[in-house]
Amino acid sequence: MDFLQTVVSHYNQWIAVFLMVSGLYIVVARGNMVKKLVGLNLFQTSVYLLYISPGKILGGTPPILAAEFAVYSNPLPHVLILTAIVVGVATLSLGLGLVVRINEAFGTIEEEELFARDPEA
Amino acid sequence: MRLDVILRVISKLLLPFMLVFALYVQFHGDYGPGGGFQAGVIVAAAVILYAIMFGLDAALEAVPVRVVEIMVPLGVLIYAGVGVASLLLGANFLDYDVLGHDHHHAQELGVMLVEIGVLVSVSGTMLAIFYAFAGRGR
Amino acid sequence: MIEALINMVLLTLLAAIMIGVVRLRNLFAVVILSSAYSFIIATVLIVLDAVDVAMTEAAVGAGISTVLMLAVLFLTKTEEQKPKHSPALPLFVATVTGIALIYGTLDLPAFGVPDQPIHTHVGAYYLEKSVEETGIPNVVSSVLASYRGFDTLGETTVVFTAGIGVLLLLRRNRRRNGKNGETS
Repeated sequence: MDFLQTVVSHYNQWIAVFLMVSGLYIVVARGNMVKKLVGLNLFQTSVYLLYISPGKILGGTPPILAAEFAVYSNPLPHVLILTAIVVGVATLSLGLGLVVRINEAFGTIEEEELFARDPEA
Repeated sequence: MRLDVILRVISKLLLPFMLVFALYVQFHGDYGPGGGFQAGVIVAAAVILYAIMFGLDAALEAVPVRVVEIMVPLGVLIYAGVGVASLLLGANFLDYDVLGHDHHHAQELGVMLVEIGVLVSVSGTMLAIFYAFAGRGR
Repeated sequence: MIEALINMVLLTLLAAIMIGVVRLRNLFAVVILSSAYSFIIATVLIVLDAVDVAMTEAAVGAGISTVLMLAVLFLTKTEEQKPKHSPALPLFVATVTGIALIYGTLDLPAFGVPDQPIHTHVGAYYLEKSVEETGIPNVVSSVLASYRGFDTLGETTVVFTAGIGVLLLLRRNRRRNGKNGETS
């Protein structure tokens, strides 16, 4: 029973950790650059989860003030993550732009082939 | 091209509602979920849908690259301009209290102007990025 | 209780999609799965009361980034090569990191309880004073644009800079295009 309670109270954090290390694994283990960027993107969403989860109060409402409600979840993590998402897509598109240019210059987006084709590497 | 007539008609019907919804999200952001970021992305998504359904050239005719590339810095300029305006009126940078006669009015005016800046910058940037990628494919 | 249950079911779905993303080698499937992932995480964010963030994630993660990634797949290849190295070392690094992080989470406050440090400082202040000081009932909007206007200015500048970067990388130069095709 005690273990079950621990699982329920830390489930969000554990899933965030799992998503984070899976993203890390994709970034390190896979050579394809688009796949790496997808992994990096998913890594980033795990951080959203990690930030938003502690702000939640069970039984609370979203932080839009009204007379009928008294308990609101914490708005501060929402603000931080809102800006993080938009910055995230901007940096993702910059990475994708680099991938397109690499593909045009070398004809491949696989890490191994790139190292083989670049004479200075 | 002939087979997607349903998609074309439906997306043509959807587009005005998407744009109005973006405006709703933008200006109702003080009272419900929403704001400049969300509205900017919805505007960009509407134009991208148009480009996907009717071709890039049609979208470029509706929203030219020149306009989009002016919007990218214009949004930041509007945002920073609100800050400079409050500086010139004798308060701190981005302190909206001096923008109007009444405390709450000034705050709401400042927030609205700033959110418009965010809308312009975000929608412009997303569209510019989409046009850049789509233009590479030709 | 029902909130916590919905939350756990959706999070399990997220983990399942993540396993699919790690295992698949067809990049088209990976991109579509990551789009579905974004929709589910938007639903999770609604359950966690972050409605503004959920709206942004649904529009940005499932909409714009999927379109951009599909555009890149069109310009490159859709099939990933078989990895040449053995995945043992990255798997080991990821597992050790994961175990260390999970050990660290055991001391964190439990999910959903009201009496934890995060609810004591500025968060509570914003909830209490937002209507009085700014007249805006949506606290996320008032914090974003008024209390923390500097952050948002910096963030808009980052978006602007990234946009300029993509344009510099990808936009074909109209004037020189006529002479030699690709200049760079």
